[in-house]
Amino acid sequence: MLTKEDKLKMYHYLVLTRTFEDWIFYICHNQDQKNPMVIGKGYLSTGQEAISVGASYAMQENDWMAPSHRDVGAHLLRGMSMKDLLLQYMGREGSPTKGRDGNVHLGKSELKSLAFISHMGAMTAPANGVAFAMKYKGEKNAVISFYGDGAAQQGIVHEALNYAAVQKLPVVFVINNNRWAISTPVSTQTSVENLADRAVGYGMPSSICEGNNVYEVYDHVASALDRARAGEGPSMVECKSMRMSGHGTYDMAKYVPEEEFEEWKKKDPIKWAERILKEEGLADDAYFEKVKADIKEQLNKDIAEAVKHEQVRPGPQELADVYAE
Amino acid sequence: MTRELFYADAIREALLQEMQRDENVYCFGEDIGDYGGVFGVTMGLIKEVRPMQVRSTPLSEAAILGEAVGAAIYGLRPVPEIQFGDFISVAMSQVVDLMASYHYRVGTALPLTIRIPSGGMLHIGNFHSNCWENWFTHVPGLKVVVPSCAYDAKGLLVSAIRDNNPVLFFEQKRMYRVIKDEVPEELYEVPFGQVRDVCDGDDLTIFSYGNMIPLAEEAARELEKKKISAAIVDVRSLLPLDKDGIIERFRRTKRAIVLHEARTFSGFGGEIASLLQEEAFDDMAAPIIRIGSIHTPVPMSPNLEKAYLPSLNQVLEAADKLMRY
Repeated sequence: MLTKEDKLKMYHYLVLTRTFEDWIFYICHNQDQKNPMVIGKGYLSTGQEAISVGASYAMQENDWMAPSHRDVGAHLLRGMSMKDLLLQYMGREGSPTKGRDGNVHLGKSELKSLAFISHMGAMTAPANGVAFAMKYKGEKNAVISFYGDGAAQQGIVHEALNYAAVQKLPVVFVINNNRWAISTPVSTQTSVENLADRAVGYGMPSSICEGNNVYEVYDHVASALDRARAGEGPSMVECKSMRMSGHGTYDMAKYVPEEEFEEWKKKDPIKWAERILKEEGLADDAYFEKVKADIKEQLNKDIAEAVKHEQVRPGPQELADVYAE
Repeated sequence: MTRELFYADAIREALLQEMQRDENVYCFGEDIGDYGGVFGVTMGLIKEVRPMQVRSTPLSEAAILGEAVGAAIYGLRPVPEIQFGDFISVAMSQVVDLMASYHYRVGTALPLTIRIPSGGMLHIGNFHSNCWENWFTHVPGLKVVVPSCAYDAKGLLVSAIRDNNPVLFFEQKRMYRVIKDEVPEELYEVPFGQVRDVCDGDDLTIFSYGNMIPLAEEAARELEKKKISAAIVDVRSLLPLDKDGIIERFRRTKRAIVLHEARTFSGFGGEIASLLQEEAFDDMAAPIIRIGSIHTPVPMSPNLEKAYLPSLNQVLEAADKLMRY
């Protein structure tokens, strides 16, 4: 059962993620393109932060995760700092990938996260590997494998699902179904109504949840993780949500019907959490405003710190490290 | 203590002894468990090691190599087998995109070894005979080795398993029960990045590796009758490449043939020929001659495959041509 403290903490991470990504969006649209502050584009989870936050909050200390590109919330919750993420987006000295990679292509073994690559669905396979290693060592840990409705059409994902099921690997597949893969709606991606319907074909249980209700996502993923840790094998949680912006910050998503955005705005995860917290008498508007103001202040401080870091420049070290010692 | 072992048994012994030495080393792949592998290389291994240390998997090359990445990140030393080397194309993204760049991007080492039974001369057609090693030498972050004798098969495999990087170990499946030589009982390493002198000679040098070493030896014996003294150098470690060793061997004879089973066009031989013209042009008495297979799919019929593969005559004619300069 989630305590008051848990629920407020999850709310904090929803706002933290939103605040950070709103800034990325703003900068990407307002920076000097010849001398950009953010290198490349932003790939944001705006309006669907509850999936990443709710799922990763269900993890225990020794669990691992394979985040996808809309999992800034999980990175933050699992110990990546906002400044780390800023440096990553800016490609500056001290960034988690030392400027060798950017934006959402990151992960840290110290934080028990795998580093995402752009090939959609690819990380489901190494996530299985981490899960196998846990089983091999006799540990009762589990792995969250995040992927989206677009990635769900990749061959590797089908291989990974079957592979995990038949070998009873401790994995929870969390599907971020945000209805759009760049410009292609999920109805054009697949003929099944729910991606979770596929689970039966792999011989694993599944559930479907309101992906914008952070506490509901938590409940579903927490029971799936418990099951995995108990050695009962993998399961699938489909989180129904909506991508409230383009695929990347370059994409204004003009192809999405305006009514669809309007409908999903009513299910905004931050407002949803606020509603629940108020109904349960755990917090009020003043509290929410304070959280938002504090985070905004923290972001401004972190930005001021991050821009003090030098741009990464090529040198012997930058060209090395292709191989481990 | 040494004794003669077949190439396949040298590999089996390296696997067994490394698994006994270090429980983090484990083997997995299609049919490698109770069945012992389609070539019998892992025959009986499953009975001699810990539970799960040798394991058959579903028929899913991408999921297999993905497991290796995740398990290596978690601290194990996975040794997956790709049943026929040709099938690695199914798992290309896991190798090229994910595995190869991981240390450079994230700083986490991936100590894993992919066993890849490779090469033709068995009349089993285009999907069971290719030599794709040069695909992978183009990818930074991987290591690529090709043993041509039982001694090197054991020693290079031990080095591969102990290496902290992804190593692609191209076993020559034709050699499994054909090539037999002296192999120490105890564990030893054959270091990467060092050529092996198969035999010395004064007039020309044949740079070769893998399946073509026996052909090079046959050619050297024939050339001897014509008073042409040919040295043979087994390149064996394509990445890292022993550039200094190759240049130094070339300077001894000033004439060279580069011989490999992979197709000549765009093959690894081009790299050696370029290296020599860039670094040893002043010592060059004749152009480098490359010999490899012709640019067709690998044909099934023995007559056609013979026409596809490099031949003794080609090597002898190349030697004659070199000696006319």
